[in-house]
Amino acid sequence: MSAEAVAAPAAGTVAMEGATGLANPRAVVENLSFYYGSTQALKKISMPIADRLVTALIGPSGCGKSTFLRCFNRMHDLIAGTRYEGSITLNPEKIDLVGRSVDPIDVRMRIGMVFQKANPFPTSIADNVTYGLRLRGQANRSLLAEAVEKALRGAALWDEVKDRLNAPAQALSGGQMQRLCIARALATNPEMILFDEPTSALDPIATAKIEELIATLREQVTVLIVTHNMQQAARISDYTAFMYLGELIEFDTAAKIFTNPARKATEDYITGRYG
Amino acid sequence: MSTLRRRRIVNVIAFSMSMVATAIGLALLCAILWTLLSRGFGALSFSVFTQMTPGPGSAGGLLNAIYGSLVMTALGILIGAPIGLLAGTYLAEYGRNSPLSTVVRFINDVQLSAPSIIVGLFVYMLMVMRMGHFSAIAGAVALGIIAMPVMVRTTEDMLNLVPKSMRDGSAALGAQPWYTITRIVYPAAKNGLVTGVLLAVARISGETAPLLFTALNNQFWNSNLNKPMANLPMVIFQFAMSPYGDWQRLAWVGALLITLFVLFLSIIARSISSLFGQHGNPGE
Repeated sequence: MSAEAVAAPAAGTVAMEGATGLANPRAVVENLSFYYGSTQALKKISMPIADRLVTALIGPSGCGKSTFLRCFNRMHDLIAGTRYEGSITLNPEKIDLVGRSVDPIDVRMRIGMVFQKANPFPTSIADNVTYGLRLRGQANRSLLAEAVEKALRGAALWDEVKDRLNAPAQALSGGQMQRLCIARALATNPEMILFDEPTSALDPIATAKIEELIATLREQVTVLIVTHNMQQAARISDYTAFMYLGELIEFDTAAKIFTNPARKATEDYITGRYG
Repeated sequence: MSTLRRRRIVNVIAFSMSMVATAIGLALLCAILWTLLSRGFGALSFSVFTQMTPGPGSAGGLLNAIYGSLVMTALGILIGAPIGLLAGTYLAEYGRNSPLSTVVRFINDVQLSAPSIIVGLFVYMLMVMRMGHFSAIAGAVALGIIAMPVMVRTTEDMLNLVPKSMRDGSAALGAQPWYTITRIVYPAAKNGLVTGVLLAVARISGETAPLLFTALNNQFWNSNLNKPMANLPMVIFQFAMSPYGDWQRLAWVGALLITLFVLFLSIIARSISSLFGQHGNPGE
């Protein structure tokens, strides 16, 4: 099973040679395994992450897709007893994101993340957006103010909050809070943004807004998104990876995965036979 | 059917017994407060706040004792609160599940319930014996040691109420733990932390035993921290045990003042948590 799983994405990659974004992938995952203590949660995953496109990770609960996502910004390092094997090479600098000598803080400085449940800080809307910039030493008020507007516009939230930038962020609606979290991630100009089921706690209208937003983001930043919602993956992703029990079963263009998957397990999952 | 009936009867009995127990507790509390209020207010006068503790038979007030209690309580908090705050921060943020935290938590719980006279004796040996005399600063250190475990506990509890998702959000932006703690966690838990300080103040402001071996008492005005200092609990003890009517009346006033002070602090602490922490946890 493991050997097949590794072979499948490689075959997919070859088939898509020259396809948009993959000729010069923003990141390349090679033989990535991940352990919580002695439990292996990810098994030798290899796949490219297309530059400035949306890659979706799908699969049933517990398949390791969120675990995989959190390897990209080393969130696992916050928990004792976790271990990575293999590599995630970030291009063009060729930094190994999970390399032992690479400081997780440096990784998180370059790669943003949006969580399943919106987690605005207990400060004002503006201060939420500037948090990452202040952390990076930016103290110039006018530059910060510009950044707030730019990031909020980028997250399609500006028109709704421009008159109350100093209001507490936690007074916003659930969908607005999630867009604020996206603005907060955008403000630091990350090279890649990780979305961990960003709409699973939102209603359909708020979800649609976030999806539109992700579609516009793809022009400026590489997006990696975990989703439970297959229609969502089909709508917004350019590439899709199907994971099961910690393994990558199939990786291909979203069009191929959702219309003509190569593997039976993928087909069973997307047609709702399990998951 | 008979089982149901039996359960109903048992329930009524249990309910009645708990009501009686509550009534006894409340009655005792009311009796204490009533005695304190009637006797204390009866003897309360302006001179209590303007004159020093008198000799037997002469008129006087509690100014030096009030001053001493305020100074030593304030110093005690200045000593105990920062240590308690940082230790609580370690327990909640850095060493959540580490073996060291388990040990610290256990020792802190022991210290929390340790008799305060032990703390007094400890500071007596540590400071008073070496300095050769009683002093206000030794009293403040003893109070600080008592305030410390209270602060450790409340700090840890309050920080644990801040949702982990906020820490993750901050870490994901590249923040080191200390940056997250000072910019996100402390502000989110601010009301709880202030409440913790107030409760620690309330706890130490009425302590007598730790002062017995450290600050002792002083019949006269003293603002020198290196000398024995008057304080309300010691004056209450001394005056209440005396055969003089004037002294006994001042002891009632002193007891009233401490009680009102603690009551006042508790009310403030309560209103802080209900006003600002409206939605239960400080992270909301």
